[in-house]
Amino acid sequence: MVSLLEIVIPVEATGLFSYSWLMIAIPMLVSAILLLGGKATDSWGHWLGVLGVLGSLAVALALWITMLGLPVAERAVHVSGFDWVSVGNLNLQAGLLVDQLSILFALLVTGVGSLIFIYSVGYMAHDPNRRLFFAFLNLFIVAMLVLVLADNYLLLFLGWEGVGLASYLLIGFWQGRHSAALAAKKAFVVNRVGDLGLLTAMFTMVGLFGSVNFTDVNQAVGSASTTWLTALGLFLLLAACGKSAQVPLQSWLLDAMEGPTPVSALIHAATMVTAGVYLVVRSHSIYELTAAASLAVCIVGVVTLLAGAWIGSTKDDIKKVLAGSTMSQIGYMMLAAGIGPAGGAFAIFHLFTHGFFKANLFLGAGSVMHAMNDDTDMRHFGALRKVMPWTFVTFGISYLAIIGIPPLAGFYSKDHIVVAAWEQGWYFGLLATLGAGITAFYMTRLMMMTFFGKKRWAEGVHPHESPKILLFPLIVLSIGAIVLGVVLNNAIQYWLAPPTGGHPHSAAWWDIPWQGWVTLLVVLVGVGIGYLMYRGEISYEQPHTINPIVYIGRNDLLADQFNDVVFVRGGGAAAAAVATLDDVIVDGSVRSAGSLAKGIGGALSKLESGYARSYGLTMVIGAIAVGVVLILGRLA
Amino acid sequence: MSPNAYLVLSAILFSIGVLGFLIRRNVLIIFMSVELMLNAANLAMVAFSYANGNLLGQVGAFFVMVVAAAEVVIGLAIIMIIFKTRRSASVDDQNQLKH
Amino acid sequence: MDNSIPLLTVLGVLPLIFSLIAFAVRGRAGKHVAFVGSLVTMVFGIWIFFAAASNDFSEMVPWIKAIGAWYALSLDGMGRAMVLLSVILVPIVLIAEWTLDSKQTDGHLEPRWGSNVFGALALMVEGFGLFVFMASDVLLFYIFFEATLIPMFFLITGWGGAKRGKAAMKFLLYSLAGGLIMLFAVIGVYAVTAGAGQPSFLIDDFAAIAMSETVQKMLFVGFFIAFAVKAPMVPVHTWLPDTAEQAVPGATALLVGILDKIGTFGMIRICLGMLPGASLWATPLVVVLAVISIIYGAVLAITSTDLLRLVSYTSVSHFGFMVLGIFAFTTSSITGSIFYMLAHGFSSAALFLAVGFLQNRRGSVAIADFGGVREFAPLLAGVFLVSGLATLGLPGTANFAGEFVIMTGAWPRQTAAVAVAVFATVLAAVYVLWAYQRVFTGQPSDEVKKSITSDLDGREKLVIGPLIALLLVFGFFPQPMINVVEQTAVTTMNVVGMTDPLPGSMGGK
Repeated sequence: MVSLLEIVIPVEATGLFSYSWLMIAIPMLVSAILLLGGKATDSWGHWLGVLGVLGSLAVALALWITMLGLPVAERAVHVSGFDWVSVGNLNLQAGLLVDQLSILFALLVTGVGSLIFIYSVGYMAHDPNRRLFFAFLNLFIVAMLVLVLADNYLLLFLGWEGVGLASYLLIGFWQGRHSAALAAKKAFVVNRVGDLGLLTAMFTMVGLFGSVNFTDVNQAVGSASTTWLTALGLFLLLAACGKSAQVPLQSWLLDAMEGPTPVSALIHAATMVTAGVYLVVRSHSIYELTAAASLAVCIVGVVTLLAGAWIGSTKDDIKKVLAGSTMSQIGYMMLAAGIGPAGGAFAIFHLFTHGFFKANLFLGAGSVMHAMNDDTDMRHFGALRKVMPWTFVTFGISYLAIIGIPPLAGFYSKDHIVVAAWEQGWYFGLLATLGAGITAFYMTRLMMMTFFGKKRWAEGVHPHESPKILLFPLIVLSIGAIVLGVVLNNAIQYWLAPPTGGHPHSAAWWDIPWQGWVTLLVVLVGVGIGYLMYRGEISYEQPHTINPIVYIGRNDLLADQFNDVVFVRGGGAAAAAVATLDDVIVDGSVRSAGSLAKGIGGALSKLESGYARSYGLTMVIGAIAVGVVLILGRLA
Repeated sequence: MSPNAYLVLSAILFSIGVLGFLIRRNVLIIFMSVELMLNAANLAMVAFSYANGNLLGQVGAFFVMVVAAAEVVIGLAIIMIIFKTRRSASVDDQNQLKH
Repeated sequence: MDNSIPLLTVLGVLPLIFSLIAFAVRGRAGKHVAFVGSLVTMVFGIWIFFAAASNDFSEMVPWIKAIGAWYALSLDGMGRAMVLLSVILVPIVLIAEWTLDSKQTDGHLEPRWGSNVFGALALMVEGFGLFVFMASDVLLFYIFFEATLIPMFFLITGWGGAKRGKAAMKFLLYSLAGGLIMLFAVIGVYAVTAGAGQPSFLIDDFAAIAMSETVQKMLFVGFFIAFAVKAPMVPVHTWLPDTAEQAVPGATALLVGILDKIGTFGMIRICLGMLPGASLWATPLVVVLAVISIIYGAVLAITSTDLLRLVSYTSVSHFGFMVLGIFAFTTSSITGSIFYMLAHGFSSAALFLAVGFLQNRRGSVAIADFGGVREFAPLLAGVFLVSGLATLGLPGTANFAGEFVIMTGAWPRQTAAVAVAVFATVLAAVYVLWAYQRVFTGQPSDEVKKSITSDLDGREKLVIGPLIALLLVFGFFPQPMINVVEQTAVTTMNVVGMTDPLPGSMGGK
């Protein structure tokens, strides 16, 4: 089994690569300046923030171009850091790994990140805390780059928690809003549940292999028993579920839409939520040896892709539709990642294209909200295509991309996954194809309700096209959504083969297997249904429903209700019981020991009446008692 | 010579003293009862001393008498002061000994 | 090294001398004397911390020859870490409570004594604490162990809420009860060494004597109960929240930051160092208690409605981690525990003092009295959040380094215990962030608008800034400190006679 794995041993960094840490250091410095500089930086802080991520992007591009010129065997580069903790036979180092996978991620994070930063300059222009917003965004870029560039699971975990923190800070950016504060806390806590998985996975790795380095783990993975490997796989899957909002830890993502829209685009669509997929792909050597854990990944992926699509089909809030869609698309990536080496590259491919078109969709939604006075209810939109032509066109391109119309990006990346799913098992294939159909349906519904039909605008709302600073990122991202599929379709397989352990087979962009055609057909059916259902009148208020499918979808598959009953109320009751136990039994026993001593003392003090007569009597009785004892003692 | 008769007398005197000590209310009477008990003890000591043929008991009795005399001086003084301040010589009016 | 000046004695006596002067000098001047004293001690202590790496400062003078008591001081890795913690925390606490005499918090009673007394008592706590951390004679250890109670009692009873007297009494009774049990064990140490021929209270002498298992176990129980009270472990923890609720946060920071560490310190130094066999025997029970403490403390922190009680319950949970690490018997887990002692000293002090800032403004620490504070005091919100994140063990803070090394080290030996304990990381997120959400976010009430009028001032920044800096530095670069404390862990492992589980010893094919 082990021999099947091609373990890439990274070469030590030289030249430009030894400066890889600059990618992280630049935004870190910017973030520190913005946080510590205080109000002094208010006037120019946002541009410094943009500069931070642009600097990072420049370094990433330079590294990527250098890497293109290197032979395949030297493309994985290790940058030594420092001893983080080294004690006993535990040896944990901080070092970076720049390879084909991580540089791709770094490009996505800094590239899409740059566009979203520019967008935010305009979007947050009227917020008094814009500087803080950019400080947190830079913090996020730092953490995300640490996550993807780490050469071991521990440093990855540092980034993992760092993006969680940034996400927490940014979801709750408008802290005056109770719902935002709740959503932020929920996101962090649910993510922490996932983090349990990563923590235990690391404990297990140290126990099994004595190291948490990717390379060491890959090399030693064959020595562990299958049971432990399966456990390891499941631990990592739990972590991935938390970060990537996969069932059963999906409930936080919809609430996370409370954050400003650029945050939703960057963190909760394009980059952070895909970290779970990255983790699974990075750990492919473990999953290859445990069929059970791989199957679990596939199942989680399929369930989530359907669950997300279900939620997306029923919501009226434009951002929540997109959030459901994000869940669903990440479900596709998970499915691909679970399929194994063949799927890993496709998972990343879809992740990459999705990063572009989903960021575009979110930013487009932000543009719409900007025009509609921050209303997110699609029932209050309609007929916006004429007033917002640029937003409509760019949004429309990404719409076609996400539902998978050739030759746009989403078609290719999703097509590969659907094909791989059919090859894995007809049930996976069928469900993946069905998911594509539902995607087409809810996205068509979103388009119809937002851009077509009659206008249903609220009183006093006068939509207008957004300023150029908001449109520029939309245009760039939509170009990406058009070309990336055709461009990367073949190349990405070869590029990613070493880090994902895949065996690429060449596929030209015009070469579409039968599953692709079937899926396309299903997609067209979905578009048709969406068009027919939403071309007519749409009520301004959300109609009451007794349809269980709609009802459950609107309520996030009842996840909140479940959490409320089981964890909030059940856990709360248990915690209250413990608190009572602490007060009544643990502390109570001590207190009652105290009161017992007091009571005895009190009773005895009654004897001290203060009357000489009673003391006299006591004395006499005592004397008699002593006498009696003496006499009895003599007699005995 | 058997000291039994003296001892019986001593016991009777002592019992009278105890009873007086416990029953009477007037401090002066109580004081006299205490003296009675002391003297009952003295009588017993002298009787034993005589029966045993050495003087230790009698020496002891002298000591007791000296101590009793000193005690009477101090005790009466205290009683006088209490009586002056409280206009009563009844022990049941006094529970100042309570904590 | 042959020292003409007994430097360790100087280190311990220095704060005590300044304490006496501060007692004598009334009013504000006394406060300044105390602060200067704490600074001098800090500089000297930090110098000792570094110098002790290459020098052996041990002192040994016969004290009471008849019973084999020695005046013996020495400083190992763990001792150095604790000295560093103590000398840094005391000046910070003194700055934090600088306004103790001028501004009175609502709900607090009139101070019993002037602020010079507060400084003097804090220095006394420091001095006695330093002696505890340096003692290598059980009797000396015991005497200073009990001596710390006296200034601490007065610190609690002198300043704080309406029930501070009662809280101080509870603290004292618990500690004395533990100390009494320990006294029996100390006498037992004499009995054992005297029985072996030469009475001695030296830890090293005792460890060399072979004794029956029963005696070892009895002595272990005696020492362990005292340390468990001190460290607060469930079920002997209830004095801590009551004390924290009533005392001023500065006093609590000293108590939790420095004095409670004596509990875990003693477990390593005395329980493991002197009674290794009995420690192994007691491990199953102790580990179960530790895991209960971890979860129990976290759950109670969630249910707390009072910020000070909340923070003290988090400490119960964190002390559970330390005990778990100690009794997992691996080099890394014990090292992690010692490191965590240091990290927790800083993080709990930061959180207690941040709550103190809130208390000074609002005059209350009931969570329900707050809401929306961030709007008026964003910096205060920030430092509370950072301290809270350190408390919940976010990577990049010192607490994470401690927790992670403990759990990684303990995993091969105590897999089930760690698997349960790790859930506390989720509970920690709940209690910290829920508290943050209720105190700082949302819409402020009228009372909050009225009372929270200022953000952190320069003095408060000076208090919290160094603590946060230390937490981050030790979080990103724990290795230098790990090197310092590892030595103690290695020695302890040798005494116990355990070896580390080899990588791959679990779950191989």
